[in-house]
Amino acid sequence: MKITQISVFLENKRGRLYRLCDLLGRNKINIHALNIAESEGFGVARIVVDRPKAAMKVLKDADLAANLTDIVAVEVEDRPGGLADILKVIYDNEVNVEYMYGFGEKFSDRAMMIFRFEDTDHATQVLMQHGIKIIQGDDIQDE
Amino acid sequence: MIWNEKMECMAPENLKNILSERLKNVAAYVYNHCPLYKSKFDAIGVNPGDVKTIDDITKLPFTTKIDMRDSYPFGLFSAPDKITEIHVSSGTTGNPTVVGYTKDDIKLWGESMARAFCCAGAEPRDRIQISYGYGLFTGGLGMHYGAMEMGLTIIPCSSGQTKRQLKLMQDFKPRILACTPSYALYMADEAREIGIDPRTSSWEIGVFGAEPWSEAMRTQIQETWNMRAGDVYGLSEIIGPGVAMDCQYQDGLHVWWDTFYPEIINPETGKPVKAGEPGELVITTLTKQGIPLIRYRTRDVVSINYETCRCGRTCPRISKIKGRTDDMIIVRGINVFPSQIEHVLLGIDGTQPHYQLIIDRPQGKMDEVEIQVEVDEKMFSDEMKHLRSLEEKIKKEISAVLSIGVKVTLVEPKTLARSEGKAKRVIDKRTL
Repeated sequence: MKITQISVFLENKRGRLYRLCDLLGRNKINIHALNIAESEGFGVARIVVDRPKAAMKVLKDADLAANLTDIVAVEVEDRPGGLADILKVIYDNEVNVEYMYGFGEKFSDRAMMIFRFEDTDHATQVLMQHGIKIIQGDDIQDE
Repeated sequence: MIWNEKMECMAPENLKNILSERLKNVAAYVYNHCPLYKSKFDAIGVNPGDVKTIDDITKLPFTTKIDMRDSYPFGLFSAPDKITEIHVSSGTTGNPTVVGYTKDDIKLWGESMARAFCCAGAEPRDRIQISYGYGLFTGGLGMHYGAMEMGLTIIPCSSGQTKRQLKLMQDFKPRILACTPSYALYMADEAREIGIDPRTSSWEIGVFGAEPWSEAMRTQIQETWNMRAGDVYGLSEIIGPGVAMDCQYQDGLHVWWDTFYPEIINPETGKPVKAGEPGELVITTLTKQGIPLIRYRTRDVVSINYETCRCGRTCPRISKIKGRTDDMIIVRGINVFPSQIEHVLLGIDGTQPHYQLIIDRPQGKMDEVEIQVEVDEKMFSDEMKHLRSLEEKIKKEISAVLSIGVKVTLVEPKTLARSEGKAKRVIDKRTL
């Protein structure tokens, strides 16, 4: 199972990110990873949570514009050059990355990176062929 | 001086015959030359022969902006084969408003503006800097024809390039400045920035219009530039600038009623209001040929004063515009309808997002337009480049339709004010 990321449209205004995190917190939804992409007047908060389905409902009820995206979480050896090794595979195989960010939690002694690829299935296949460990959705997410 | 003393100062009882004669002529002319007018007359069972005096004008049908839109481009023209010039301004949706001038209409326009310049205090051989935009907009060329008719020396600057305009003012020393009032204030700021004291400028007379402005703004311009700030009124449907102008007493704008006959009506009932009461200004062009309009509803709310002015002119004076009977707003001389924005947004993703139009006039700056658009789920993309290009696309298309630059801001859903479930489309923060 792939990992589902939720993207939320936020205005670039004070307290907007707090409101989002508070909303999820009050609904007992845990955030595994978070990344913000920002422009002049607005931003997109990308989050990986433990219960994406519940989170979408909460966000919708709160009148926030949100959508779901498939992402790939990859284990990275926690040593100098660990991430470079993975990126080399990606580069050599001409896999396109839309964006990437670090995972907030650690499940082993390895670090984790989140990738949004242009073609998720193809990217997953390439990574697995090269023996790179990918986190399964059910390891960290419920429905 | 008074440009056309005979017509501008004629005793109303004497003018009445001329007005009646002209109304009879124009009613017959449109009936015979413009099929649309024939059907409008026929629809309410009125014949041009029913017009005996100017007072019979109330029997005639109104003409509206909707008529102009529906007859796009030339359906309201009475002399489509004799047009020498076409101008375009924005319409409510889709089609712009198109007007055409015959050679005689251009002459009429020139005379109207010449009257206006004289009313403002201009003398033949004065130099005039025309800083209204030249082109499809009627502001620049209308002023130009009037200045030519009157024999002024024209510096046709058009709008923009402010520092260069200020240099030309210093070098050529024009006595008259014609532009929008907000541009006059904007230029003052620019002048100070490059070390020019606005109070030492050569301009003594301003001919300002094409956008709403208040008495407070007039005082500010007069003090800032040490000039007299005259108020000119016009709209492209009628002729462009030069329909009315105030004199040195600044107590209402004289309407050239021998050619642009004004009525003030209750916009709900269409009946005349009592003298002096505010209502919608309705104008009939008595002598135009290309696109004469019968009882055109300007949607501008004014009151009218028929007393003879201290300047000697008998033509009545309309007040400054007190408001609009529709949702049109004027920004930097350009007519803006919220429906135009709706139209663009609808075309972009097929949905109708909520939006709000915010108009502001920052201190010493030109009016700014911001369009806030609520991002709905359909428009929302996880990728910034898509959101940015959406923002850019909305900005580009709206700017193109309105012909002024706008700022577009994407906002969260349901954050724009709605009152009683109805969205408030326009927030005008300008202190006019």
